[in-house]
Amino acid sequence: MTSAPEAMAAPAGPLPPGAQAPDFTLHSTPDQTVSLHDFKGQPVILAFYPADWSPVCGDQMVLYNEILPEFRAHNAELLGISVDGAWCHLAFAHERKLQFPLLSDFEPKGQIAKTYGVYRKGDGTTERALFVLDADGRVHWSYVSPVGVNPGADGILTALESLPRQGAA
Amino acid sequence: MRRTASLTVPIGPRDHVLGPDNAPVSMVEYGDFECPFCGQAYPIVAELIQRYGNRMRYAFRHFPLATAHPYAEKAAEAAEAAGAQGKFWEMHNILYTHQDALDPDSLTEYAATIDLDLPRFTRELAEGVHALRVREDFRSGIRSGVNGTPSFFINGFRHDGGYDYAELAAAIEAAGR
Repeated sequence: MTSAPEAMAAPAGPLPPGAQAPDFTLHSTPDQTVSLHDFKGQPVILAFYPADWSPVCGDQMVLYNEILPEFRAHNAELLGISVDGAWCHLAFAHERKLQFPLLSDFEPKGQIAKTYGVYRKGDGTTERALFVLDADGRVHWSYVSPVGVNPGADGILTALESLPRQGAA
Repeated sequence: MRRTASLTVPIGPRDHVLGPDNAPVSMVEYGDFECPFCGQAYPIVAELIQRYGNRMRYAFRHFPLATAHPYAEKAAEAAEAAGAQGKFWEMHNILYTHQDALDPDSLTEYAATIDLDLPRFTRELAEGVHALRVREDFRSGIRSGVNGTPSFFINGFRHDGGYDYAELAAAIEAAGR
């Protein structure tokens, strides 16, 4: 089985501020992958969420899609992550017109969520968890919302505003 | 640590408000005229406004999810354009009861039925005169923790429960005690 990640003890809770964010490479579509290290030098927002196709239009990913310009004003990249497969993400992103990547933490299931301390064992999904990583790939802020409560975006924006100012790239 | 999302911009003179300033309960809704869930909440809110009368102040702010709802932004601007002619609530009511027809021609038709100055209305919509105002509402919503539509804030705190009549009424009663 997967020896390397299991050798690293999974943290008991979400990685706290200051922790180095574990790198990953995950499928964003059936034939494309995205790696965390692609975004070195800029802030990254990781939005773990339980599942595609949440039945309300107050959906968290739809909300973040609307707020992308505000995130990009901070030069931040947004990555959505769930255990859904790449084909499922593709259909979901298409239907909701999402303009940011959704990553599949699908095989081995939830492996990346586990390294960030946000896997829900009994449910087989990730927590509804947010991480803002700084330009050096360290956790600047993390937050786990009750799984049924969409956390909104105010915490993310406050975290982005409190990042040390970068020099112009 | 658990934060309770709270309203960052209190009700003020720029808001569209029903009910007295000194009412013990204030309810702010962030809504989207094209959102079916907002449409479902609309008659419930209307009933609550009627029931609580002078004991509740209600304000409506725009939160158009424009990527998901292609007509939501212009519908919000249409409500503002009507508001500029003193008929915000008339337009608000029409929009929420005609969610399946919010295209530009329909908006103009609704403006005619409430006797707006049509040349002014169409010019303001075409020029996006009220777009900034709608964006201001949207931004204040984001900073207050709006997490979807509709979002309600009761006496400044986000209502995380459902929005059927019984749940909203219970939250209003609790806030008014």
